[in-house]
Amino acid sequence: MSGLKDAGHLFRFAGLFVIAFLVFWVIRGYVVPKSFGQYGHYRGSALTDIATRPVKFAGHQTCETCHSDIADTKTKGAHAHVNCEACHGALANHADDPTSVTPVKPDTAVLCARCHTASAAKPKSFPQVDPAEHSGGAPCQTCHNPHSPAIGSDTGTNAATGGAK
Amino acid sequence: MNISRRHLLVLLPAAAVAWKFVEAGTPEASPNYTMSEHWWGMLIDIPKCIGCGNCVRACQTENDVPDGFFRTWVERYHRSDIHLESPEVISPDGGKEGFPSVSEGAEGEYFFVPKMCNHCSDSPCTQVCPVGATFVSPDGVVLIDQKYCLGCAYCVQACPYGCRYIHPEKKVADKCTLCYHRITKGLTTACCEACPTGARQLADLKNPNDPIHAFLKTHTVQVLKPQMATGAKAFYNGLDGSVR
Repeated sequence: MSGLKDAGHLFRFAGLFVIAFLVFWVIRGYVVPKSFGQYGHYRGSALTDIATRPVKFAGHQTCETCHSDIADTKTKGAHAHVNCEACHGALANHADDPTSVTPVKPDTAVLCARCHTASAAKPKSFPQVDPAEHSGGAPCQTCHNPHSPAIGSDTGTNAATGGAK
Repeated sequence: MNISRRHLLVLLPAAAVAWKFVEAGTPEASPNYTMSEHWWGMLIDIPKCIGCGNCVRACQTENDVPDGFFRTWVERYHRSDIHLESPEVISPDGGKEGFPSVSEGAEGEYFFVPKMCNHCSDSPCTQVCPVGATFVSPDGVVLIDQKYCLGCAYCVQACPYGCRYIHPEKKVADKCTLCYHRITKGLTTACCEACPTGARQLADLKNPNDPIHAFLKTHTVQVLKPQMATGAKAFYNGLDGSVR
């Protein structure tokens, strides 16, 4: 091993490399988030960040836990598969606090027309009317119960009512 | 044990790499949701879409999408004799407030095409990110880590479907998350919740009881731009060949 005596400068140089590498590793440890690379080349905890955002549409299952009477009416009619919040809007805040947050009843002239105004662009099988000609300006719930729209089902003033049981 | 300097030089980096895995830890256990049990996609049934814009409004409400930007939007195609190959496409304000009526007897054929992030399994957008800010999650949802995003907009250019935008206030890339905050809680997406006709249906391709499997057995579905081999998971039923 006598040759190593002359190779001291190489070892010092290698030592510098090792120190530089360790310094790099320590800095990297501080800078790169712990969960980076957990599932792939990204921050694993980003999934939790995204998944914990607040929900604004409660979902019809939540609505139906209190409004089971309306849910029963709906199952019999053509609107059985129209979810509550499709018409009533996002109401998770009402579900969280039913007493102080009370939803506004939708205006049928706008609401019904949005889907049912006749247009040749819509699928032929979808029920469509010209609102002015169809009702002469009368509100839709005069004749139709929005929760079960066929004529003859519960209509008039009680049509679109129904609070929590 | 006698370790020579030469061995130490080899061992130190190896130990450092091993330590990195120790630090990363094991994946967090969630009591109700296991990522490996899901593979999310979307079924869009074009013959059912009436162009009401409920999905667009619901998405903007649920996800605080700024005005003039869209995570989902609806296009109306008009295919007439003179435009068979390249139909006329309109999408006024993303179809948010519906579409102008077309009178009976109008020439040609009309149909609505809801568009959104296709949540590609080989997504071009995640491949171009220089900082690892966008990725395909283990359950197949293309997401953005907005704390990491620089706003360079490479991904906005890379998406062949035009589904990404730079958020005007946050100055970072933004897009459909497939309502990741909802689907991980067992809810459906806001657009599916608000769709009155069932034209949109969230699909869990790993769940054998999901209705998507029965639907796929009896229907032929299509994805957008299949020639780009993006592994798109927004499946369109009744898609016209002219849709781009």
